Amino acid sequence: MCTRKSLAAIALALSLGSGAAFAQNPGLGKPITEGDIKQWDIAILPDGTNLPPGSGMPAKGAKIFAEKCAACHGDAGRGGVAPYYPALVGGAPLTNGIDTMKTIANYYAYATTIFDFTRRAMPYNMPRSLTDDDVYSLTAYILSLNKLIGENDVMDAKTLPQVKMPNRDNFIMPYPDRI
Amino acid sequence: MSSSKRRGRSPSHDYVAGNGLINRRALLGQGFAIAGAVGAAGTVTGAAAEPLIDAPWGLEVGAITPPVQTPSPFEKNVVRALSNPNGEFRTSHARTPHQLLGGTVTPNGLHFSINHCGIPNIDPAQHKLVIHGMVRQPLEFTLETLSRYPLVTRIAFVECAGNSAGMFAKEPVQAPAGLLHGLVSNSEWTGVPLSVLLDEAGIDPAAKWLVAEGADAAMLDRSVPVKKAYDDALVAIYQNGEHLMPGNGYPMRLLLPGFQGNMNVKFLRRIKVIDQPAYSYFETKNYSQILPGGKTWRFHFVMEVKSFITHPSFSLSLNGPGLYAISGVAYSGTGRISKVLVSADGGKSWGEAALQGPIHEKAFTRFVMPWRWDGQPAVLLSRAYDDGGNVQPLRAEFVAKRGEAVNPVTTPLAFPNQHYNSTTSWAVDSKGEIKHVYA
Repeated sequence: MCTRKSLAAIALALSLGSGAAFAQNPGLGKPITEGDIKQWDIAILPDGTNLPPGSGMPAKGAKIFAEKCAACHGDAGRGGVAPYYPALVGGAPLTNGIDTMKTIANYYAYATTIFDFTRRAMPYNMPRSLTDDDVYSLTAYILSLNKLIGENDVMDAKTLPQVKMPNRDNFIMPYPDRI
Repeated sequence: MSSSKRRGRSPSHDYVAGNGLINRRALLGQGFAIAGAVGAAGTVTGAAAEPLIDAPWGLEVGAITPPVQTPSPFEKNVVRALSNPNGEFRTSHARTPHQLLGGTVTPNGLHFSINHCGIPNIDPAQHKLVIHGMVRQPLEFTLETLSRYPLVTRIAFVECAGNSAGMFAKEPVQAPAGLLHGLVSNSEWTGVPLSVLLDEAGIDPAAKWLVAEGADAAMLDRSVPVKKAYDDALVAIYQNGEHLMPGNGYPMRLLLPGFQGNMNVKFLRRIKVIDQPAYSYFETKNYSQILPGGKTWRFHFVMEVKSFITHPSFSLSLNGPGLYAISGVAYSGTGRISKVLVSADGGKSWGEAALQGPIHEKAFTRFVMPWRWDGQPAVLLSRAYDDGGNVQPLRAEFVAKRGEAVNPVTTPLAFPNQHYNSTTSWAVDSKGEIKHVYA
């Protein structure tokens, strides 16, 4: 087994031209399957990669929001509970100034970010307590509050990445050579 | 100067710029006269000494030698400034008190720390790091296994992209260096090069990005270019010789020297190799910038060349005319500091400061500039240059390009925008009191 592992490492080192790295590497990483990583594999990509099965609509999202989100984000996401809890609806034009409050409607490039962050980190004091259907519903509700989708639109792994966010084409990469 | 003459000592200082800046070479020879400083420093330091007596602590047995040292009780004011001391459900910041520190290495207890959802209490025996996605073989590592790799040690600053953001204010915010600039710290970090672990997993050559994710309640995640991972990224497990502080990512964190602090993911538990950036919440919203006119920047990443004077600075007053050593820190996310200029007349004239070596890339370099204060108003500022040809902008240059906050900024804890790196000016009045000004 030890030999097989070493051979694999040599083959890898040769294939990548990374002999120096191999020379330093005791090779202690324990193999694991993608299946065993599944619970942790929660990052959603902007093209929809990794969105889970399930779906949700704004009406159900409104109910969950009133119960679990409004205490911080205000009724219908209007904010105002405390200065540091962001409103989730509306947003001034970015031409107002470099310190304009960044919101979902005036800033986010992809709707997948709303799903990802809500599922990963919200509610603040009970992260990862929502079902995937809950998260789709809340995402649908927030998007509909911002008139980015209709009140009867269903959000799922197919439809969510297709939502066109208003600020998407307004971003510039200052230093593309660093990527 | 006049007091020196009265004492019959000729101040042979070689002035290099207006308002009393002295050639840095004076620091090298026997002359400067740090000795000269004592002799010439005016009424307070020049006062006659009193007869010496034994102090009480020398007449009794001292305290038990403890297993872990903490600073003297007399240092109780050397603490980090907190943004959320009561633990409300929001981000907490703790800022490094630069005006109370010396040298270049930030003590571990005073390293800045930002936590978006509290500090997790991680059992290192249970913590795992997985590398997966576009790799030949997904792998799992623990603190114990990482400790068996040949570890690499380097010095690096970590700076929040929002550091110094209070300086976007139209009017200068009055705050010490540690409040204005306290979201940057500098440490010796020890860990395993990320490239070694990626090679072990067998990264797909088509991969361009990683998602790095923490084990905190927010599972904070950021997209990192594979290029950076192979340049100088570390999975760090030691900070200044001891395991990481909880607020700095215990038991392991990503270290991306020179890249914005938020990308140096703490409590690192997962790296997924992918072909596109994830547009996570933090790269989508907080750590990108609105430009004048409404366009927006994303994936800025590198913290640009910067310096600020820590001594003297706001909240530290000057104790009478005489010789002082102006000193501060300079750093650049692209390389080594090559030069720091200092002005004592608000930028009309400049002298080159002495740099204290060794000068590491993407790390603090302390600069020192000898200065004879004549008791008249002066405006002190520093300007850093790096070996990539980058120059720290003057404030006017910076805001001409990046703009100022439209809304009033009432606290140095505010973040009107990101990636602020202009010069900082301290105005000394005739009493030796110091204010923050825009020069």
